[in-house]
Amino acid sequence: MSSTGDARMQSAAPKAAFKLSMLLYDQRYRSITIQIVFLFALMLGIAWLVDNTINNLRALGRDFSFAFLGNPAGYDINQRLIEYDSQMTHGRAALVGLLNTILLAIMACALATVLGIVAGVLRLSNNWIVARLMTIYVEIFRNIPTLVWIIIFGAIMSESMPAPSAFRGDDPSASMLLGDAVAMTNRGVYIPAILFDNNLGNLNLGVVSPSINWILVLLAILGGIFAHKRIVAHATAVQNATGERPKTWWKTIAVIAGPVVLLFIFFGAHLEYPELRGFNFQGGIHMRNSLIAMWLGLGIYTGAFVAEIVRSGILAISRGQSEAAAALGLQPGKTMRLVILPQALRVIIPPLISQYLNITKNTSLGLAVGYMDLRSTLGGITINQTGRELEGMLLMMAIYLIVSLTISSLMNVYNNRVKLKER
Amino acid sequence: MKKSVFYGTLAATAVLAGAASAQTTLETVQQRGELICGVSMGLAGFSAPDANGVWQGLDVAVCRAVAAAVLSDPMAVSFVPLTSQTRFSALASSEIDMLSRNTTWTYSRDTDLQLTFVGVTYYDGQGFMVPRELGVSSATELDGATVCIETGTTTELNLADFFRINGMSYEPVPVESNAEAQQQYLAGACDVYTTDASALAAVRAAFPEPGAHVILPEIVSKEPLGPVVRHGDDQWGDIVRWTLNALIAAEELGITSANIEELKAGTDNPEINRILGAEGDLGAMIGLDSEWAVRAISAGGNYGELFAANVGEQTPIGLARGLNAQWTQGGLLYAPPFR
Repeated sequence: MSSTGDARMQSAAPKAAFKLSMLLYDQRYRSITIQIVFLFALMLGIAWLVDNTINNLRALGRDFSFAFLGNPAGYDINQRLIEYDSQMTHGRAALVGLLNTILLAIMACALATVLGIVAGVLRLSNNWIVARLMTIYVEIFRNIPTLVWIIIFGAIMSESMPAPSAFRGDDPSASMLLGDAVAMTNRGVYIPAILFDNNLGNLNLGVVSPSINWILVLLAILGGIFAHKRIVAHATAVQNATGERPKTWWKTIAVIAGPVVLLFIFFGAHLEYPELRGFNFQGGIHMRNSLIAMWLGLGIYTGAFVAEIVRSGILAISRGQSEAAAALGLQPGKTMRLVILPQALRVIIPPLISQYLNITKNTSLGLAVGYMDLRSTLGGITINQTGRELEGMLLMMAIYLIVSLTISSLMNVYNNRVKLKER
Repeated sequence: MKKSVFYGTLAATAVLAGAASAQTTLETVQQRGELICGVSMGLAGFSAPDANGVWQGLDVAVCRAVAAAVLSDPMAVSFVPLTSQTRFSALASSEIDMLSRNTTWTYSRDTDLQLTFVGVTYYDGQGFMVPRELGVSSATELDGATVCIETGTTTELNLADFFRINGMSYEPVPVESNAEAQQQYLAGACDVYTTDASALAAVRAAFPEPGAHVILPEIVSKEPLGPVVRHGDDQWGDIVRWTLNALIAAEELGITSANIEELKAGTDNPEINRILGAEGDLGAMIGLDSEWAVRAISAGGNYGELFAANVGEQTPIGLARGLNAQWTQGGLLYAPPFR
């Protein structure tokens, strides 16, 4: 700091003469001083790290470039939600992997939530056997590493299920389930797929081109849910005015299922059944072993944690609440749904967010069973074939960070809606 | 919290800085008294531990020959098993001194990955293995098959190319290691296992019923397998390259582990004399003593002996010499002259 600076400061605040030593000895300034010094040290450290990396890369004769993302990948990916073949780019392969990661994360989060809520509520059940069974589930699954569970489920799928050839012949040793609709083989589970006769084509969004038919179906479902909310709000208004709650269940079914059924009829929807042709089943949807192993492994494992979160949320609500609900004549089911759970949610949601984030990050274990997620495509094969470890890893870190922060912020929005409103 | 970030930063920087040390690989190895050699996770005949936990195989023998040349002790090798995904990072980060792990020599690995392939220990090609009961006799009949494939390998790319060129579809089942591939293949989770033909033979030999599996006649790629070192230390590259050449030249010149003691005293053939240090001083040119090649060859024998002992027709793997015979026998092995 120059002397002119000191002079100006003194003229601005003549009463409190500022001395340099006050930065260290005056409590008002000390904490700020420490923070600024620390910030400088941190920035120096980061600068040193970056500089060192650049120097070492130069010493090795390597440049830092993401140009490899535009080169042909050359490898195939078995599970792809968007069009992809080995002649497309590494960037495209990474996108296929990212979509696989997101698909798995959504499936596992849904499974963990359902299992967790059921197990968490049942663990508090008065039924001794049910409560103990849930305790066993929770304690077994959360105390064994998730990777072990994934490998166990993968091994069960590939070792104990029949091979597709076992379905062949006049007297096959294995048969399809549910009227020849579902085939469980050691290469995965084949389920029927919904196909449309009247295709409206695909919506070209540049990178991806989803089917317009499915977009319309999705819009119909969203519209149905919105209409359902309006119906419920209306019913509540009627109830508040007259004391009588009108029946809403058939209206709900009509607004949600009706448009979808109409769309399906209009599009000429039919089921495509899997069928044994050549080496494998063809047609239908193929849920690969790797997907099933990851889904069950992550979903059931994390479900045990969610169960504990749900249980803690319910136990956090004082007993007086359920007693009051009972005194008002609410049935146990309604007590849980209308009184306990809405209050418990504010305790449940924050730790639930971390569990969802855990699931998303744990999808990167996919390589253990050959699941082609982001870690296996961009962070695995692409890095290996191009030798761009630093770029690939940085890009992968950035993508996981963005995905996690997005989940976190969406869940925070939800949390703000359910948390205790103080007026 | 901030403090731990700072220390973490410091630690990471120190690790990065450590990579740029000035010592040559030869000095590092001699000072350590041990050669660190990257090998496979276990591939019978090429690199796999035997019942006593001692690593054996053709790739392992190359490491032992280098250790014998550099450290005078073929057993002074520490083996690091690496997956196909981790092998190049391990070499690039100086975790290992050399990689001898049935690795295919390709243009981009040699140039873009900053590696040096010093030679070829085994001329291989990619093949397909199927259970005999499938009744498949050619790889062109594999349309729609499920194929087990090690990720991060050249075979993965060849496989994609082969099926695309022939207009066939397939379902890849990516696996991380050879052992996992075997388990998936035996469980029937894939119809086909594809990798280098030599590795298929090695894998099949370890099956409970080797006769129940056929290796299809198609070889769909060139896979020259050889030892690899890092860019930037040409002296070390020369040592590994010429150790391998010494093994190959020894077979051509008739130097075996049995007669080497007798030959090193001096013979009528000046090339034998130069290799074995009786004439000239070739060893000094690569920073070693004059008897380096004697030790390398004595470690396990010449290339022919190593081949016969590890993967040859007398072993369960039962590979014929084929392309891997000396050039004088119609093969591709051709060591440049020692002079």
